[in-house]
Amino acid sequence: MDAVYLLGRLLKHSWREPIWLAIEIIQPMVWIVLYGQLFEKVTLIPGFGAASYIQFLTPGVIVMTALFGSAWAGMTFIEDYREGVMDRLLSAPIRRQSIVLAKALHAAAAVAVQTVILMFVGALLGARYVGGIPGILFIFLAMVLVSGAFSAASNGLALLTRTEDTLIAVVSFVTLPLTFLSASLMSSTLMPAWMQEAARFNPINWAVEASRAGLNGTITGASWLAIGYLAIFLVVGDLFAGYALRRFQARS
Amino acid sequence: MQAVNVQNLHKTFRGQVKALQGVSFSIEDGEIFGLLGPNGAGKTTAVRVLATLTIPDSGRAEVAGVDVVAQPALARTKFGLVAQASGVDKELTGRENLLLQAELHGITGARARERADYLLELVSLTDASNRLARQYSGGMRRRLDIAVGLVHEPKIIFLDEPTTGLDPESRAALWDDMAQLREAAGVAILLTTHYLEEADRLSDRVAIVDHGKVVAEGTPDELKQQIEGDTVTIELPEGERAEPQVRLPAVREVRRDGRFIHVTVPNGAEAVPPLLRDLDAQGARVRSVSVARPTLDDVYLFHTGHTIASAEEAARGGQTY
Repeated sequence: MDAVYLLGRLLKHSWREPIWLAIEIIQPMVWIVLYGQLFEKVTLIPGFGAASYIQFLTPGVIVMTALFGSAWAGMTFIEDYREGVMDRLLSAPIRRQSIVLAKALHAAAAVAVQTVILMFVGALLGARYVGGIPGILFIFLAMVLVSGAFSAASNGLALLTRTEDTLIAVVSFVTLPLTFLSASLMSSTLMPAWMQEAARFNPINWAVEASRAGLNGTITGASWLAIGYLAIFLVVGDLFAGYALRRFQARS
Repeated sequence: MQAVNVQNLHKTFRGQVKALQGVSFSIEDGEIFGLLGPNGAGKTTAVRVLATLTIPDSGRAEVAGVDVVAQPALARTKFGLVAQASGVDKELTGRENLLLQAELHGITGARARERADYLLELVSLTDASNRLARQYSGGMRRRLDIAVGLVHEPKIIFLDEPTTGLDPESRAALWDDMAQLREAAGVAILLTTHYLEEADRLSDRVAIVDHGKVVAEGTPDELKQQIEGDTVTIELPEGERAEPQVRLPAVREVRRDGRFIHVTVPNGAEAVPPLLRDLDAQGARVRSVSVARPTLDDVYLFHTGHTIASAEEAARGGQTY
């Protein structure tokens, strides 16, 4: 219940930042239109393996948006720490985990809204939801797991370092390589061998493969395996965030 | 039951800074207790231990009879914290801040709204209650902080340097508020401050902290009496040639400064009549006599060997522990 109250607080924050809110909504649309136009012809490369680039790209941008949205989640933790709000929360009779959980729910809510918007825009531009409702739910499942995991990792990092600079550096350093080492923009069949190998260990790639399968209606055992990996990643991320919160308290 | 009981607390940060080196004190129900000392003396660390934010290396700390280390969850229901770094969420309105804190303490619905209205009135923020806290002045934010700390009707409220950073006017207003607060809310107050005047004016009892230890504890009057240092100042008329002798049994020090004679005695009020009679017997004319009680400044100097100002100077650049 405490997490719900804290989530209410975070949603009020978002609601009161209309420019931030507008950018959060417009940015993914810009991506899907820009990348869609820019790389439209890559499907002509022999071996790309997809006829429509929009069909290929939509799940990729959905995952990218989820990654970028959740990887920055820790920033609000650092602000709360500096403003003294963190002490106020830690000295209130609530479960410690509800503080982290509220942040994760907030990130997930933002990602869910963006995912819905992107699904519409993708459809407008020509993507076809061959997988139907089950496929769409499968995509949401992948998004909840991947954004939950990355926001937990981001929160953990924020609690350990307590400085915005470090978090900004790490998040900027990690997000783009993770995106390019996945099949979000480019078919993995066209990647060099070492990249294909690296992508197998990339949570972003797991999420892309799973949501692409959801969109195309080609959910297989391998898709569920990707979901399984993401679930493990989420658990690891949460354990890390929990550890960071204990460290944070022990040091203060 | 005591509102707070602290016994022999030790805390060393990362094996270096010894923030607490055996701090002990206790606070009775409904009492205003001042923890007085320079920045870096360990006041904030002591408050953070009581507020379950810092775990002490050793020693015992209880709030309303609850051990804060053994039962932190229960202890958190007993105190209200007004930390130095505020804690107000600036993106929420004053009222929303209060309602959120109420929710976190399990108070919801009509009861929470009633409580919020009452507290907004108590700290004179009713008119500003629906504005974002970002737009509040420093003094208003501090008052909101105090209201937030009182939402769950705690037995004791910890005020960590509440007037630091406020202009003199807001500070005086906050002092009045605090006195009212005790009347209205009936809570005990643990006040940390490095302003001697503040501790003197507000506190029922004071503990002086220096280098992580309590070096003196008592009511401000007791502490001042302990150092037995009333000063009787005698002003002689201009052009007075005579140099009268001060002949009293209990005199501890006599200083001459032109026409002024400063006499240090244990009790100024008792010393004045015999002193004047003796001066009269010597034929000296006296223009005025004044008695000054020692200030907490003198007490502080007596117990620590330095003034708060010089200790702050020495600790400057370091952070508050």
